[in-house]
Amino acid sequence: MPELIKDAQPFKFYTRLHLTELTGLRASNLSQLLKLIKKVPGSCIYHHTHRFLQQHQYLSPEPPNDFAYWVSEVLGEAALGEELASIDTIRFNTIRALREEIIETIEYYIKNNFFSRLKFSSEGEEFHFMKSVSFISPTKYIAYNLSDFAEILKKVTIDSIYFHIFEARLRLEKPANDFSCWIETSLGIKELADRIANLDPYTYTLDDLRQVLINVIENYMRNKN
Amino acid sequence: MANIKDYIPIAGESTIEDLQLIARQLKGKVIQNINSTSLGGGVAEILNRMVPLLRELGVDTHWDQIKGEEAFFEVTKKFHNALHGRPQEISKRDFNLFMNISNWNIKNMNTYGDIVFIHDPQPIALVKKRKKNKWLWRCHVDVSSPDRRVWHFLMNFILNYDSAVFSSPNFSRKLPIRQFLIPPSIDPLSDKNKELPQEVITSVLAKYNVPCDKPIVTQISRFDPLKDPVGVIEAYKLVKKYIDCTLVLAGGTASDDPEGVRVLEEVRKRAEDDKDIHVLLLPHSDIEVNALQRASTVIVQKSLREGFGLTVAEALWKAKPVVASHTGGIPLQIKHKYSGLLCRSIEGAAFSIKQLLNSPRYAKKLGENGREHIKNNFLLTRHLRDYMLLFLSVYHKEDVVYL
Repeated sequence: MPELIKDAQPFKFYTRLHLTELTGLRASNLSQLLKLIKKVPGSCIYHHTHRFLQQHQYLSPEPPNDFAYWVSEVLGEAALGEELASIDTIRFNTIRALREEIIETIEYYIKNNFFSRLKFSSEGEEFHFMKSVSFISPTKYIAYNLSDFAEILKKVTIDSIYFHIFEARLRLEKPANDFSCWIETSLGIKELADRIANLDPYTYTLDDLRQVLINVIENYMRNKN
Repeated sequence: MANIKDYIPIAGESTIEDLQLIARQLKGKVIQNINSTSLGGGVAEILNRMVPLLRELGVDTHWDQIKGEEAFFEVTKKFHNALHGRPQEISKRDFNLFMNISNWNIKNMNTYGDIVFIHDPQPIALVKKRKKNKWLWRCHVDVSSPDRRVWHFLMNFILNYDSAVFSSPNFSRKLPIRQFLIPPSIDPLSDKNKELPQEVITSVLAKYNVPCDKPIVTQISRFDPLKDPVGVIEAYKLVKKYIDCTLVLAGGTASDDPEGVRVLEEVRKRAEDDKDIHVLLLPHSDIEVNALQRASTVIVQKSLREGFGLTVAEALWKAKPVVASHTGGIPLQIKHKYSGLLCRSIEGAAFSIKQLLNSPRYAKKLGENGREHIKNNFLLTRHLRDYMLLFLSVYHKEDVVYL
């Protein structure tokens, strides 16, 4: 693969490993769920809207949103589940804003579906609030140009891809994902940066997302040659 | 025994690099694991694999056992059952006996670790020795609805730990200390889980006189009332009315489980009128367990209570269709109708077993999904990573930690 553009600043790949912390807080109906969503730390909201992305790398049988899964599968409120699952997480730049959207969705549903608040989960199927503790560390991988970058994407763990696409943007409140930021600011390729920024990463498994990113970058390099 | 690089073909090179990276952060720290037995049961099995691999990664890890006589283990087994919510008669004398032996261990054991990692209730009282080092309590037991008296007794000790670790979110409760979710794991390269040649499988079946001319339904578990081997026999009898099959109930005993022999006798009695039921008391032979699992058409884990249920992960790793109870850590491993079937009763278990025996394509798909789920979430490499992060967490209180 020919060298395309020499950049000013290399891209240093980080990885994010996480530990799940339990809070001991649990909900067995919609009202309790809503009350706790308002009260728990942002790390809990982040955990429950991102956990499935990392757990189901092979095939994602459930939405990347624990709240949606629980209200559908346990409480049997499929309509609310669908509304929660279709919250466009990529639109939100902060956990605060995402939390507000989830709260509004549930409040609106309860208001218009009085009997929904009377449904309880059975014992052992309560919603357990947990949070993510992230450990962020640099890896040995550094990309100096776009072809390096594409090659390294094939090697790094999905935890590293996860960190730069999801965590950096939402949890660390950066304006865009790290890959788009670097491609635009260091390599000056706005077109490619936008193409990556416009992906909805929440609708891919992480393995698929890796492949999509590699394809987008390699296609760009091929077309420029 | 496998070394860490042998896991690269399964977990990927970069995953192993991540483990090496975290291990470097623990340089200079001594990790001391303490439990009650070096042989038998899931805890000893995990530590037997975990300790050498942590050492190879450069983490100075040790493993010690408390001392205890049979009467002590009778009491701790009562505690174990009571924590699982099973009614037990526990006298003041039992609590006193527990404290007497614990005090002997407190006096005689050296708790030298920078991080002392206590496994299960048996050695829990050692925390009374706590000085400036960090203490972690690893609870492998299902404590979702524990006997309140035993739980309150144990709380006197739990409060003195830095953090507690549970296998399922269902076991967590409000505690004044941090608590983490770390499910256990299986070792894909161990004798119990590695690939086996067909000749080995055939020879193990021959050794135990298990015929392979009809479908084999198997539960592998210690002979323990909470594993409900009698319930498995009842479910099998419901299946047998419609489908000719063989039932294998196989397991060993742990040195800290004096109840096993009594349960085994009861199971043998319930099985004596049916020559298609094979009750096998296995020696500690992981290859034989592996072979029996691989020879099975359907694997059952009909526990009434379960800490995690590693036998489910073992079966799924072998891409076997599994019917298992909706209890403890089992729902973390099986998403109903996606990677296995969950049941809540003898009748439910029987219905699911029939469904899988009659629909081999469906059974195969569930098994394949199950294997991928285990590969992504419940292998030893993930467990090693979580334990090392846990050790680091005692030095970092924040939610985002930069290493």
